Amino acid sequence: MTDIRSVDVPREAGFGDFVQLLKPRVMSLVVFTALVGLLVAPNNLHPIEAFAAILFIALGAGASGALNMWWDADIDAVMRRTQSRPVPSGMVQPGEALAVGLALSGLSVVMLWLTANAVAAGLLAFTIFFYAVVYSMWLKRLTPQNIVIGGAAGAFPPMIGWVCATGSVSLEAVLMFMLIFVWTPPHFWALALFMKEDYSNAGVPMLTVTHGRKSTRAHIMAYTVMLTPFAIGTAFTSVGGPVYLAVATVLSAEFLRGAYRIWRRDEIVAEADKYKVEKAVFRFSLLYLFLLFGALLAEAALRPYGLGGW
Amino acid sequence: MSFQPEHEIHRRRFSRNLGVGLALLAFIGLVFALTVVKVTRGTSMQGYDHVVQPEMAPVEGTQ
Repeated sequence: MTDIRSVDVPREAGFGDFVQLLKPRVMSLVVFTALVGLLVAPNNLHPIEAFAAILFIALGAGASGALNMWWDADIDAVMRRTQSRPVPSGMVQPGEALAVGLALSGLSVVMLWLTANAVAAGLLAFTIFFYAVVYSMWLKRLTPQNIVIGGAAGAFPPMIGWVCATGSVSLEAVLMFMLIFVWTPPHFWALALFMKEDYSNAGVPMLTVTHGRKSTRAHIMAYTVMLTPFAIGTAFTSVGGPVYLAVATVLSAEFLRGAYRIWRRDEIVAEADKYKVEKAVFRFSLLYLFLLFGALLAEAALRPYGLGGW
Repeated sequence: MSFQPEHEIHRRRFSRNLGVGLALLAFIGLVFALTVVKVTRGTSMQGYDHVVQPEMAPVEGTQ
């Protein structure tokens, strides 16, 4: 008589563990930015086509997340923040993560091709390749600029959304790409200043470790300055308008002020108030991106009433 | 005779099977909906039946 309870079975993953493999929190940002890219485009897709396109873009992003978790399981096991991810915690076998990643990559690209067009599908394929191979496998462990490179992968979704509707890349799509691309470094480095993860143990060259915290503060300031012309400039394209210009101006001024405060502080002051400014700027940077894309959406929503745009 | 109480591992397996099953069903539904949309919005579709289609004949003088 066998009793399954007495056998020491390996832990087996439930459905939720596989969902975790797709990094659902990153996916929610992808859904939002891709949706904005798709909705502000001049051509309109049928709602079902739009829904399917966003779903497959999100699925592609999830697939690249699974591939990243397969490749980075050794790093994730070392760092506190990532120890409970499905692969390092033993819920999902590395081979399963790889299989899910590859299968969903293929599925999402083919389905986006059928739903929208070949250019959008090609961009999605490139994004997955860029995040999984160029970022995760190649440059993440090689250069302290890894955050900048990873940011490019996160910047593609609004561009893909735009291309789904229009069939080609245009200035507006490139500007939406640049918004996220240049926004990512100050956002993430602000986090790195107060999280103090043990990146050196994990063998990831983080700017705070390789170049020091003072240099990281200067980098945050520099990237925030670079971000401002893109944020303001977008207002004068076909997707912008007075509402967006007002929102972008106020947000940029506030972001610049925060970055300046981070830049002027040193570690002693920051330690004393428990990284209050860094935490505030990190939280604000999330709001910044959300409101900026929200303002683009507002312009698109006002357009049918003759109010959006110039 | 009574059955063994369900082991936790079976609950996990069931959750996985149910999840995959529902995902596949949703996928089928989505592909069907997409097909309906694409077909009903389809522009200039042509069925190749046994009818003479003059517009497909090569224009004289071009070849």
